[in-house]
Amino acid sequence: MNKEIIFTLRSPYRENMDVVGYRFGSGERSAAIVGSFRGNEIQQMYVCSQLVKILRRLEETGQIVKGKEIMVIPCVNYYSMNIGKRFWPMDNTDINRMFPGYDMGETTQRIADGVFARLQGYEYGIQLASFYQPGNFLGHVKMMETGFTDKELMKKFGLRYGIVREPRPYDTTTLNYNWQIWETKAFSVYSGSTDRIDENAARESIDAILRFLNGTGIITRKVRPGYLTSIIPESNVAQIHTETAGIFVSMTETGREAAENDVIGKIVDPFDGETLSLIRTRFSGIVFFEYDSPLINEHTVVFKIIRE
Amino acid sequence: MVKTIAQASLGVHEKLMIRKNTIRNGSSKQRLSIVTGIHGDELEGQYLAYLIGSRLREKIEYLNGTVDIYPAMNPLGIDSITRGIPLFDIDMNRIFPGSEEGTMPEALAASVINDLKGSDICIDVHSSNIFLMEIPQIRISVPTAEVLVPYAKMLNVDFIWVHESATVLESTLAHTLNSMGTKTLVVEMGVGMRITKEYCFQVFDGVFNLMKNIGMWSGETVPVREPVISLNRSVGFVNSDAAGIFVPCAKFGDHVEKGQLIGQVLDPLNGSPAADIKAVCSGMIFTLREYPVVYGGSLLARILMSESEEKCHE
Ligand SMILES: [Zn+2]
Repeated sequence: MNKEIIFTLRSPYRENMDVVGYRFGSGERSAAIVGSFRGNEIQQMYVCSQLVKILRRLEETGQIVKGKEIMVIPCVNYYSMNIGKRFWPMDNTDINRMFPGYDMGETTQRIADGVFARLQGYEYGIQLASFYQPGNFLGHVKMMETGFTDKELMKKFGLRYGIVREPRPYDTTTLNYNWQIWETKAFSVYSGSTDRIDENAARESIDAILRFLNGTGIITRKVRPGYLTSIIPESNVAQIHTETAGIFVSMTETGREAAENDVIGKIVDPFDGETLSLIRTRFSGIVFFEYDSPLINEHTVVFKIIRE
Repeated sequence: MVKTIAQASLGVHEKLMIRKNTIRNGSSKQRLSIVTGIHGDELEGQYLAYLIGSRLREKIEYLNGTVDIYPAMNPLGIDSITRGIPLFDIDMNRIFPGSEEGTMPEALAASVINDLKGSDICIDVHSSNIFLMEIPQIRISVPTAEVLVPYAKMLNVDFIWVHESATVLESTLAHTLNSMGTKTLVVEMGVGMRITKEYCFQVFDGVFNLMKNIGMWSGETVPVREPVISLNRSVGFVNSDAAGIFVPCAKFGDHVEKGQLIGQVLDPLNGSPAADIKAVCSGMIFTLREYPVVYGGSLLARILMSESEEKCHE
C-alpha cells in the first residue's frame, strides 16, 4: 500500500487539507474508488476506509493481480465534515458539481481539478454517492447514459438493481459524468444511508465492490455470490410525493414489497396529532427509497418504488 | 394586485408562497416581468423592485401594459440569509424548468416558469454573491446575444458580458425562458447582503428607458449610458494562490496596467504579506473581491482587457 497526498489546500487558519489516496498494486490504472465529497457523506467515507483495510490485507497476501493498480480516496472534503457543513465551508459550493475542475479557478474548481487529474486513465471508476434528501436506499449501482455506456457491467457488482440514468444538465459537472467523457467506465454505488453508519448496508457495498474487482480480474478474492442484477432505466423507479406536510410516519421499510393501494406511511398534524393523509402506493413493487426525517414538506419524494 | 403564483406546505404550520404584484394600465398587451431573489443572499434587487413598484404606483397614468414584479423567488432563502433553498441546499437557479411532478423545489420552479412565460421581456436581477462586488452589468450567452444585446443596451448598465454557454447553465431561469422565446436579461450588480443605492437608481433609470423604447411608458426618462460590450474582448481573472486576508489597493472601476499592484493577501498571525496581487492584464476592474478571507483559488478581481492590449496579443 502506498499512501499519497493527491492535493493539498491551504486555508488562512486551519491545518492544510490533504486529499489522501491509497494505492494498491502497480501497473495499469485499473480501478479508482472515491468516497465523500460532501461533509455529511460519512457512510461513503466509512465504506472506503473498510476497503482500504481489506485491500491492504489482499496486497500482503498477493491477491491483487499483477500489473493492476487500485486507488482509493476515502474523503475529498473533510474541511466541511469537521465543522458539520455539507458543502464547501467558504462559498457553500459542491465539489461534485465542479468537474472536470480548473487549476486556475475557484477553490473548489482547483480541488476538483487536482483530484480529477489523479483519477484519470483508470479503466473503472466507482464513486460512493448520496442522495440530496435524508433517506435510506436499497443498495444499488447507477450508470449515466452517455452514449457508450456498457450497462451490463453493473451486473458484476451483484447488487439487486442497476439503474441507468439519463443525464440532466446539472449532471455534466459531476465526477461520474466526466469520468465517462474521459473514457473511464464510471459507476455510482449507493450505500443505504449518508450521515450515519449503516453497518449492514456498508457490508453490502463492500462485498459488491470486491465482487466487481474480482469479476473484472483486478483482485483474486472470492466473494459470496450476489443477486442477479436487474438493469432498469431510472424512469422505472416510480416516485411517491407527499400531498401534505407534517410529521412523517413510515409503515414499511426499504426492500419490502408493496401491493397496489397499500398504505405504506402517513402524515400526522404536528400540533393536534390527527392523521392528515395516508400514503399509498399506486402500483405494486419493491420499496427502493424511504424518507427518514421526522418532518416532511409537501411535494417531497417520500418513497421510491421499483415496479415489478 | 398581489397574487400567489406558487406554494407548498412546510412541515409545521406554514406555507411557502411565491408572490407577484401585477401593475396594469392602458390597452397594451405588452408585459414586462421583474424577477429577483432567486438567490436569498442577493438583495440589490429588493430595492430596485421597490423603486419600480413605487414609481408605477405614483405615475400609473404613464404605463401602457403590464408590469409583474416578483421580488422573492426564494422567500425562505431571503428570510434566512441563505443563498440556496434552505433545507435542500439547492441552488434554485440550477433546477429550471422544474417539473410539476418533481420535488418541492422543482414543482416551485415549474410554477414560476409557467407564470413568467409569455412575458415580452423578463429582467432577472442578481447581485453577484457576498464575496464579489460587480459593476452594473448584463450577462448574455453567445447564442442569445443577437436578440438580447439591443435590449441590454437600454438598461443603463456599464457593461454587457457576452459569455460562452455551458451545459450546466441550461438549468437557469434565463436559459429556460430564452429557449421558450421569452426574452430574459440577467442583471448582476453590487454585492450580496447589501444594497448599493446608486446602482439600483442606475438600473431603475434603465428599466424605464427600456419600457419607453418598447412603448410601455410615456413618462419621463433620463438618457442612458453606452455600455462596454465584451464581444471580441477578453476577461482576465485574478485568483489568489495564497490563503489569508485580502486587502485591495485598487478601486473598483479603475483602469489598471498589466502587472500593477491590485492588493495584497496578508498573514495577520505573522504580520507579513502572503502574496502581492497584480493585474493579469491592462483594463478595467469590473469585479472586485469584497469579502476579505481567501483560500487558494478565491477570485479576487476580473479585468476587462483594453482594446489596445487585445491588439498587441494578435
Ligand atoms: Zn444570483
